[in-house]
Parts: sequence; structure tokens; C-alpha cells
Amino acid sequence: MPARDDQWLDAQAGPVVRSYVFTQGRTRPGGEAFDLVSTVAANPSGVADFNSMAPEHMAVLQLTRSPTTVVDIASDVDLPLGVVRILLADLRELGLVAISAPVSTKPQQVDKSTLREVIHGLRGL
Amino acid sequence: MAYGGYEPAGAFGPMAGRGRGHRAIKILLAGGFGVGKTTLVGAVSEIRPLRTEELLTETSARVDSTVGVERKTTTTVAMDFGRITLREDLVLYLFGTPGQERFWFMWDELALGALGAVVLADTRRLADCFPAIDYFERRDIPFIVALNNFDGARRYDTDDVRIALDLDPGLPIVACDARSRESAKEVLISLVEHVLAIADEPVH
Repeated sequence: MPARDDQWLDAQAGPVVRSYVFTQGRTRPGGEAFDLVSTVAANPSGVADFNSMAPEHMAVLQLTRSPTTVVDIASDVDLPLGVVRILLADLRELGLVAISAPVSTKPQQVDKSTLREVIHGLRGL
Repeated sequence: MAYGGYEPAGAFGPMAGRGRGHRAIKILLAGGFGVGKTTLVGAVSEIRPLRTEELLTETSARVDSTVGVERKTTTTVAMDFGRITLREDLVLYLFGTPGQERFWFMWDELALGALGAVVLADTRRLADCFPAIDYFERRDIPFIVALNNFDGARRYDTDDVRIALDLDPGLPIVACDARSRESAKEVLISLVEHVLAIADEPVH
């Protein structure tokens, strides 16, 4: 008797991705790369087309109504980071969110006043 | 609630200030397995879970007569990160780098744009932090070494550790207790001060 197609999906098979269904099988985000702690903010004038978006897009978009980082979004929606990156890239392409880079940390570009603020803030905790 | 204590009072309801920083700063915590990275993050910040799934194989080589369904196998790396809201618009994120070698691929993602790193070391297993030190040195990512004082471990002079790890004279080595909030704060402050000091150095 031929093995059934899905029989390899047993406990030993290891995790198999279902989350990437939300991304229609895509595994890499489109457009310019963004950092884990990039800030994502919804575009106030963006108009979401509910018909062309997955519920997961909506859930992510909802979280960006106040500026939020990529990792915070991933943690809040409880989806794998890679999936969230793709969903965010989609939303950016649709003009619904803007994604901005974190504070630059290149030694030549370091923002000293921000660093002093960080030290001050840590002392005050 | 979980965010209490770090948030500016009164802002805009329960969601206010939560990671909304327009300025986000990333600090890495590296070191061998079991050296206390998660303990240190938990001592000073609110810990949040993060799920990652990394693809091991892009597609199944198998050709099926039915639809061209891609089969993808992944490994799940459960991670967490710490968040410290310093001001409403200034948030510090702490990432423990996965200790096991098979997770090295995560390091590049984490290290990108990081302000700097703390290499946490256990003096009983000093060699465990060699890979982390190599990694940050090669990429010119500023770091400091923090010696976690485990009960029963012999206290070493920082100079001995500097020699053992072959570290530059200017690189800070601090002793800490990863369980203590005050101590964890001091470690982070030492790192940021070190980054500032580097920024002040004349360009060669």
C-alpha cells in the first residue's frame, strides 16, 4: 500500500511551517530591509482595502496606529518574526505604514545626546 | 500591570508609551549557555516572548503531479527580549543572543544596528565567551565584558581576566550579579558609557 502523502507529518518530522500560509508562501519580505527595532507607524491617510488583505495584515496594521517596533508587533500578534516582516513589507508597499530605522549606532554617526539620555534614563530606573 | 513602573504617568491610557519610541536602541547580551543572559534581561526589563521560524529547506525537491505546493521545514527558535522604556520616545531593547552554535545565523540579524553588546562571562567557564568576543571584535561592534558572580565561583581580578581573554586595555570589564536590578543597570550604563567614549576618540 503506498504511503499516504501526509504521513511524514508525525512527531519526529519536526515543526512544519503553517504560518507562511499568511504570506502566500513567500519567505522573504519585499523592498528595502528593515531592522528588528525599526519603528512602524500607520500612515494616517492610508486607505486599507479589506478585500485584498489577510486578517493578519489587519491585526498588524491595527498595532501600528501608534508607532511600534517590529519586535513588539511580532510579540503582540504571536506570529513568527519572519512572517511579520513579510506582512509589514506588504503594508509598506500598499502605502499603509512607514518603517523608520532605529537610532544610528555607527561610531561616526552616534548621537551622543541620545546616549547621554539613555545613561540618565537607566540611572533613574 | 506588566508595563507599570517604566511608563510615564498619565499619558494616553494603558497602551501609552509602550515601545512607541521614535528612538529605539538595541543592545545585545552574549555569552555561553547558562551564563545568566536571560536572568540579567529579566532583572532590569520587562521580558516579552518572540517567535522565530527559520527555514531549513526552501522547497521540497519532490515533483508532484497535483499542485506545486512548496514544502518548507523550519526550526523554531523561541527567544525573548527585554524592553526598557526610558522616556516615552526612547526605548531600549535587550536581546540575548542564542547560545547554541546552530543559532549563529540569528546573530547577524540581531547585531545589525546594535548600539553595542555585553559579553557575559562565567569565570569558571571563561572559554565559553570566546566566540562572542571574536564575533564583536571582527564586526567592530562596541562591547564590554561583565563577569557574573556565581555563588561558589572564585573571584578573579579583572586584570587576570583581561589577560586570559586577550582584551585591549581600554575595554571595560565589570563584575556583576545578573540577578540584581541595580547591578544589571550598572552593566548597561557601563556599556553606553563605553560607546560614548569610543565616539569621542579621534578618528585614525
